[in-house]
Amino acid sequence: MSRLIFLLLLGCVFSNPAQSLQPQERFEAFDTPNDAGGSVTLTWPRSSSVPAGEVYLVSVAIAPGGPFYPAVEVDAAGNLTSGDEEDRNLHLARVREFLVGEQKVPLENNRPYYFRLGLRGAGQDFPGGSTVEAEARGNLFNWLKLNNLILGTAFSLIILCAIALARRRALYIRRIAGLEALDEALGRATEMGRAVLFIHGLREMEQISTIAAVNILGRIARRTAEFDTALRVANSNPVVMAVSQETVKEAYLEVGRPDAYNPDNIFVAGTDQFSYAAAVEGMMMRERPAAHIMMGYFYAESLLLAETGSTTGAIQIAGTDAFTQLPFFVTTCDYTLLGEELYAASAYLSREPRLLGSLKGQDIGKGMLIVVIVLGTLLASLDLPLLTSFFSAH
Amino acid sequence: MLFLSRTLPVIVAFGFGVIGIAIYYIPHASAQNLERELALWLRIVLAFAYFLGLYSLANLHWERIRQRGSGWGYSLVAYISFGVMFLFVVFNDGSGPFKPQAEAGGYQWLFQYVHVPCTSTMFSILAFFIASAAYRTFRARTPEAAILLVAAVIVMLGRVPIGRAIADVLPLASEWLMEVPNLAAKRGILLGVSLGAIATSLRIIFGIERSYLGGGEE
Repeated sequence: MSRLIFLLLLGCVFSNPAQSLQPQERFEAFDTPNDAGGSVTLTWPRSSSVPAGEVYLVSVAIAPGGPFYPAVEVDAAGNLTSGDEEDRNLHLARVREFLVGEQKVPLENNRPYYFRLGLRGAGQDFPGGSTVEAEARGNLFNWLKLNNLILGTAFSLIILCAIALARRRALYIRRIAGLEALDEALGRATEMGRAVLFIHGLREMEQISTIAAVNILGRIARRTAEFDTALRVANSNPVVMAVSQETVKEAYLEVGRPDAYNPDNIFVAGTDQFSYAAAVEGMMMRERPAAHIMMGYFYAESLLLAETGSTTGAIQIAGTDAFTQLPFFVTTCDYTLLGEELYAASAYLSREPRLLGSLKGQDIGKGMLIVVIVLGTLLASLDLPLLTSFFSAH
Repeated sequence: MLFLSRTLPVIVAFGFGVIGIAIYYIPHASAQNLERELALWLRIVLAFAYFLGLYSLANLHWERIRQRGSGWGYSLVAYISFGVMFLFVVFNDGSGPFKPQAEAGGYQWLFQYVHVPCTSTMFSILAFFIASAAYRTFRARTPEAAILLVAAVIVMLGRVPIGRAIADVLPLASEWLMEVPNLAAKRGILLGVSLGAIATSLRIIFGIERSYLGGGEE
């Protein structure tokens, strides 16, 4: 009988959640790193005495003595930090707000908060004992992006060095067939007395591919102004249209042909993807331009435009960094600028040493990346993920 | 005037370029607020630019109608369509132009049953264009085209049930082609694009590239 009573008492002790919530020596609270503030991170060791199904309760107070308000609930079996072996045994919780009645109150920056760890089990809440203090702060640098900053700075320095070098001596730049053919296309349009149709992609002005396309448009406009060939520019975005108008106008002014500039030739053909495609296809079929130049970021309309254009017999040059659309342009256009060639086009066409220097810098950067890829593959094969970690986004 | 047309845009490009890069690395609330503010400016500029776009579109079609240019009837359709849609938007199912757009009514009906089917029709034309483009490309006139043809046939067969029926190896070969050579080429292009984007950004931020101001060098 006494043995039975002992076993019953033992069972009560082990099933009581309050018993399993030992004082947490490593219950820590600190400002969440690399964020804008308004968040505190809490960690505490995983306890083998807390059975699965029970829930840790994190509560917050604005004064050391309370009152404490509920903030976060963490499953005893979950929310473990990743990383090394020791960290995998730590629970992690991020507190951004707490509940006062029904109202959610966000944590304020630079204000001390007090955190307490409790436990819920067997239908009861056990508030826990010791409290820790922390305050949320806005951080001035995201250290997780340090590798990105180092790599970006390194590539930028390579490009700037190549630009500086190009000022002193001529650099060899590989031939880009698509850009060599631009003069041929413009010359053909001039001989035939037909227009050149420049087609922008669908992206907005702030996108780098659109900026590159506008840069190319500036170069082409100078040539068409010199050759006295009509240049029509189709846009899907009004901002791109406005910038294109200014670019073409300045180009015409620069070569001394302001009279040849007609703002109506740079127009919005449609702001919806397929309306735009239909409008431009209609122009290709009716107006029969001698050359179609498609530059920028394209989506499904790429093949609609390029295939229709190819049936008109016009010379077609496309350039895009949308790799999903590249096969369509390659199959239907006479020349295609692949990926980074779109960005290189303006510099290549200008033949200006400093701009060509940046192309050389790109090529040096690519060479270095090839070396890093080969080296990284070798190291990863030897189970040394040093380079892999450095080149990973966090 | 030269200052306004050349120097000022380069200063603005430099300033906002550096701010844009800095914001990416600074998580502080003030930097994030600045980013939101800049995005708001962009939206405001875009809203005004839409009036320019509307004017441009209307002018394009008006000139075609006025000159009785080729396909001017389509331009008339564009005008009528715009007018009808505009009237329904203003009518707003009886609520008037100053209330949020109604969930039902003429505008929604025209959008659902005219605009969407027209868009879908355009999209569906792609299937035929892909077939004709593929036919031209897959004519094995060069060794490269022959390799492309063989690879394309394997990928196409490997992705349909008949491929497995012909040979169990076809789906595996298809997957290998997509996961190894295709992915390698794709990543190669992406790396080149990223470097190109960095170079273009630097050229614009430091005022080396000015063709967006009219194609001129210094």
